[in-house]
Amino acid sequence: MTLISAPQELVGVVGLEIHAQIHSNTKLFSGSRVGFQAPPNSLVSFFDASLPGTLPVLNRRCVEAAVMTGLALNCTINRKSLFDRKHYFYADLPAGYQITQQRLPIAVDGTLTYSHLGGRKRNEVVTKSVRIKQIQLEQDSGKSLHNDYRNQTLIDLNRAGVGLMELVMEPDMSCGEEAAAAVREMQLILQALGTCQGNMAEGQLRVDANVSIHRPGDHWGIRTEVKNINSARNLARAIDYEIQRQMFVLESGGTVQNETRSFDGKTGHTIPMRDKEGLQDYRFMPEPNLPPLMVYEACSTAPPGVAPSQVVVLEEVRERLPELPSVRRQRLVETYGILPEHSFTLVNEDGLMDYFEAVVRETKAGPRKVIGWVMNELQGLLHQQNLSVSQSPISPQALAQILNLQENGQISSSIAKQVFQELWKTPGKTAQQIVKEQDLGMVNDSTEIYRICQKVVDSHPDQVQAIRSGNKKVLNKLMGLVQKETKGRADPVLVRAILEQKTS
Amino acid sequence: MYVVVNYTRRLQTLAFNLGPSRYQGVTRASITSQDRKSKQNLSCFRWTHLITLVHQYSTRISNSKPCQVPVDLVDKLERLALVDFRNQEGLACLEKAIRFADQLHVVDTDGVDPMDSVLEERALYLREDAVAEGDCAEELLQLSKNTVEEYFVAPPGNIPLPKREERAAMFKHAEF
Repeated sequence: MTLISAPQELVGVVGLEIHAQIHSNTKLFSGSRVGFQAPPNSLVSFFDASLPGTLPVLNRRCVEAAVMTGLALNCTINRKSLFDRKHYFYADLPAGYQITQQRLPIAVDGTLTYSHLGGRKRNEVVTKSVRIKQIQLEQDSGKSLHNDYRNQTLIDLNRAGVGLMELVMEPDMSCGEEAAAAVREMQLILQALGTCQGNMAEGQLRVDANVSIHRPGDHWGIRTEVKNINSARNLARAIDYEIQRQMFVLESGGTVQNETRSFDGKTGHTIPMRDKEGLQDYRFMPEPNLPPLMVYEACSTAPPGVAPSQVVVLEEVRERLPELPSVRRQRLVETYGILPEHSFTLVNEDGLMDYFEAVVRETKAGPRKVIGWVMNELQGLLHQQNLSVSQSPISPQALAQILNLQENGQISSSIAKQVFQELWKTPGKTAQQIVKEQDLGMVNDSTEIYRICQKVVDSHPDQVQAIRSGNKKVLNKLMGLVQKETKGRADPVLVRAILEQKTS
Repeated sequence: MYVVVNYTRRLQTLAFNLGPSRYQGVTRASITSQDRKSKQNLSCFRWTHLITLVHQYSTRISNSKPCQVPVDLVDKLERLALVDFRNQEGLACLEKAIRFADQLHVVDTDGVDPMDSVLEERALYLREDAVAEGDCAEELLQLSKNTVEEYFVAPPGNIPLPKREERAAMFKHAEF
């Protein structure tokens, strides 16, 4: 990983605030449905619209989601947590305050361990960790659509009141790449837990970055908050731009302002946001309508005579924790004997692990051979054409067939790659068909190969001489010539053996 | 009442660093008939009434200097809470409220956890995650004067509160 630093050793300091929309049927404090792209204001109850006389009623599923996430991130779960009101005026916040957990949140002091591929060739797994300061439950606000033409804002309250988990991280990161990797890992964990679907483009996972720069050892510099980031890739771009911008400001003799900036995806720049009026005073006060939230360690410590639906028990939630990404990566390495960096990529790319395991099931080729094909051939074409794994024209079964043909000795390894490319373009056909149609079957007739090798040897006496005097690499050139003659259909092992014999 | 007491208490800790207070004899506020119409001062009237009641019971409360709320703090409060202290009477009311809250200092709370609400020992009810409300867009939109195609309409961004001098001019001919 390269640290972004100027000659005077200024380094970036990055902290993230992640808002994860809880994957639940209903909202945090009301029974209206949680949905995306529904008709405006159709998923709004009287409480969400903040009509007088309505009261918040806490959703049990949201509590369990927060507890599960806290446990997965090694947090301490507070047995007692409190709700507060955070006051500010904005049209998409009908009540004029947001119910959050500022004083005593549900979980504190966790760790997120993440990795990214670093090193010169980007194939070493570099593992880092960032401390989670706290996880708190809070309400989401509605959505405002700005109509500059008519000088008005249109308010849709469908999202108002949806449960959010705010994950606050300590500023343990130093550049955009680390932040993007941390967010990617958080996405995978939340998706594995089922507590958040983690789709940044749909706003299910929102990330704000706090960026400052300083010299190591000095106290922290002034920080700016960067908002309006809608993907992990843009997060990295925004942070890196902001670090560079702040360095430029300092080097020009200026001072960094404590402000909120918005990221512009098109230009890659951050721009100051004008609507923020100086330092906000949110006038936090305890939410008077909600007593403290209690969770219990085990069924035995829960108060007696209380219905199970009214009690959240940590023991039970812990038992229901599914396999986390880090555990999954380890399992893949142990089960299939693949390298950690391959396992990292398999888990990181949506659907790639399932694809890989499906191919391994259907083919007699070993997992190490399969991983090579998946990483190089498959990923190569997917990236080139900007496709996701689910959009691959070649199914796992089709790839397994190609590998089986190779294993059976019906085609050579170079032909197999050719068949793969062909199959990509014409997915309707099978591998067998392509091999038959283009006559790509392995030439096994040893007399034929012998004859071709002889021909090549006879027509290149200089090369033969070079090999005999010790330069073994020239043999590869002769092999290439033989393969050209046979259009790649000769068994390379056999060809090499014959050539070696002839040039000894 | 609880909200205001709590808030004025916070205001107090924000703006001042008062130790144990000593109170003057609290005099009944002189309320003019015009002020009585103002909602703000009406509740003020109730408080000051209570203050005199409390005064009769607490002989320990002795003299203190009257607290002055700095003008920029008043401005900030007005901006944040969108309340209007309007005139000197309003500010005097605020100062009296702070002095009233000062009585909390008299109680010895060493080793006692603060209480948020008298209901805080109750169990928090947990609702099942099943859809039971919503789907009443028409009803809700009827409540708004201004709607556009099932959206509520708001001005673009927060309109900044006019400065104090401009506000005074604005409300000169107002009802209150």
